[in-house]
Amino acid sequence: MPIIATQPSVRVVTLRIDGQDLSAREDETIIEVCRENKIPIPSLCWMEGLSVVGACRLCMVEVAGQNRLLAACATRVTEGMEITTNSEKLQRYRRTLVELLFAERNHVCSVCVSNGHCELQWLANSCGVDHVRMPYRNHGYAVDSTHEMFRLDHNRCVLCTRCVRVCDEIEGAHTWDVMGRGSDCQVITDLAKPWGDSDTCTSCGKCVQVCPTGALVKQGTSVGEMVKDQHFLPILARRRSAR
Amino acid sequence: MSRTISIDPVTRIEGHARISLQLADSGEVEDAKFHLTQFRGFEKFCEGRPYREMPALTARTCGICPVSHLLASNKACDDLLAVTIPPTAEKLRRIMNLAQLLQSHALSFFHLSSPDLLLGWDSDPVKRNIFGVMAKDPELAKQGIKLRQIGQTIIEILGGKKIHPTWVVPGGVSEPLDSDKREAMLKMLPEALTIAKDTYGLFKTMVPKFKDEAEHFGTMPTLFLSLVSNKGQLEHYDGLIRIKDAQGRIVEDRVPPSDYPRIIGEAVEDFSYMKFPYYKPMGYPNGIYRVGPLARLNNAESCGTPFADVALAEFHMLQEDSSPVRSSFHYHYARLVEIIFAIEMMQRLLKDPSILDTRVRAHARGNRDEGIGVSEAPRGILMHHYKIDEAGLINWVDLIIATGHNNLAMNQSIKQVADAYVDGNKLSEGMLNRVEAVIRCYDPCLSCASHAFGQMPLSIELKDASGAVIDRLVRDA
Repeated sequence: MPIIATQPSVRVVTLRIDGQDLSAREDETIIEVCRENKIPIPSLCWMEGLSVVGACRLCMVEVAGQNRLLAACATRVTEGMEITTNSEKLQRYRRTLVELLFAERNHVCSVCVSNGHCELQWLANSCGVDHVRMPYRNHGYAVDSTHEMFRLDHNRCVLCTRCVRVCDEIEGAHTWDVMGRGSDCQVITDLAKPWGDSDTCTSCGKCVQVCPTGALVKQGTSVGEMVKDQHFLPILARRRSAR
Repeated sequence: MSRTISIDPVTRIEGHARISLQLADSGEVEDAKFHLTQFRGFEKFCEGRPYREMPALTARTCGICPVSHLLASNKACDDLLAVTIPPTAEKLRRIMNLAQLLQSHALSFFHLSSPDLLLGWDSDPVKRNIFGVMAKDPELAKQGIKLRQIGQTIIEILGGKKIHPTWVVPGGVSEPLDSDKREAMLKMLPEALTIAKDTYGLFKTMVPKFKDEAEHFGTMPTLFLSLVSNKGQLEHYDGLIRIKDAQGRIVEDRVPPSDYPRIIGEAVEDFSYMKFPYYKPMGYPNGIYRVGPLARLNNAESCGTPFADVALAEFHMLQEDSSPVRSSFHYHYARLVEIIFAIEMMQRLLKDPSILDTRVRAHARGNRDEGIGVSEAPRGILMHHYKIDEAGLINWVDLIIATGHNNLAMNQSIKQVADAYVDGNKLSEGMLNRVEAVIRCYDPCLSCASHAFGQMPLSIELKDASGAVIDRLVRDA
């Protein structure tokens, strides 16, 4: 049976992005307007259908009249806003952010099961990261391979928390959480139990599909074989909001 | 008063190494050592990783022969899965292994060793490289490059890329072969066979010229270790271990590769990062053995392909009696025979109608906690041995690399060559080049540093006991 959504009463605002005059609903964020109008803007933690955390800072944009950069995922559009999504300064910042991600953990693409299907890899490519200028931390994190169907490799994790949000907001299991601070920060299952021992995990695999890197993958995949399918998320999110 | 000559780095090999010659007061060579100067640590940093990553991880050991590691590693993973892979997958893996053999042997013979053979041991070192070969015999150089290109292209057609393909996976291969790809490969092979036969014919005429080198380049009695097929034929992918002694007596036969820990031990010396494998029943260092093309041809009763069988019979005639061919100089000869075999066998496998079968992968999860994969790399038998925990994470790795098996033999060979050619009282570049050349016979693959052909600086100093330099040779980059 089709779901009938009631039309919300929201105003329309006009704004300018990269010199392009656009109109948008006032309850939309900058990144949503950019996606609708095919204006490329990088992101890792933002995902359509999940709540916003503004953690990765890759979608930072310049807004006229603001003396600081704003996260496009966490900023609503306003009337007359003038936004720049791609300046030399932004390119420099984004490249540095991606380099920091690579330096913090082990993201060697060539031996990763997500090689060729990885959002971090695509980002590095689009940001022109041909090498990393800061020293690698070379800290080894243990791999959790206790789950029968899936595997967690903290070495590949960028702490975007998509897994935490999809599990809580879409699946409703809230198996995933975040533990620790700074570079010791890690995603955990239940109260830091091995994933295979989790009492709450429903083995639905949504966390694996939304993970942008090779941190959460299916067991049994070899190098380059882990292809993620994220089409389910907007559909489930729309149904959820229509309830 | 003893003195030391150091050849650092050794050039026109794959990787970085140093040779040191210890001289007695009289100027005679007292001792010779081959030092591997790199530490890689693969066996250690693979610990904790999922076993399915091992093929890609260990293939990074090398950029010249990644396919060999890919195959041995996947065979070890097949063992962990406890599966028998589909027959077509095995044939496809064999083709890739033979293509790897073709390109690697072509690199060794044409790019790395032919400058010595064609231009002479004492020729100008500035020209003693593949570019010098191009100047002297452009057609031969072109053919060598072409032959290597064909091997690399076949790897690319099968695996998607020339270096570090990931097409071979635990349980088989990830994609079946289609007829267009098969035709593309078959189209290239007749030209490859013509080049291989011509080169073999040319080298045969050159062998008598190198009688002196053949007598001094590693003729010590050793065992020969390789895989052979169930029928005792030349084998590169699977099979059973055979060991022959210098007189041709079979010491071990039909040993399952998984039984290698019973017969092979590994010793460690403080002058090299490379381990010293030896034949356990004879102890260290008496259990010295050689692997690679020379050992494979000495152990094989036949090749199983028409022209390679003729060439194998001619190879055996290099030794006047019926014993195995002893001189390491004849690694070059054996390499050319194997090139012919690889091309003929690839043609046969590709013409097999079942090669297009779409069932090419067995699916399973880790069913054993220990897996052993053994295959023949271009340089000799290659062993990957893994242990995993209940979750499928690696907790122990042992890699016995082909070049490592030859370590004892390489050390004895440079001693023999140095004894024969090096006069410690007056160095010449040519005499030291012969010491390097005997190492090139083994085609050691010391790492993936393939840039190391003929362009690296070479500095040799002859010092007296007080450290004063009494002679010096320098070759700039």
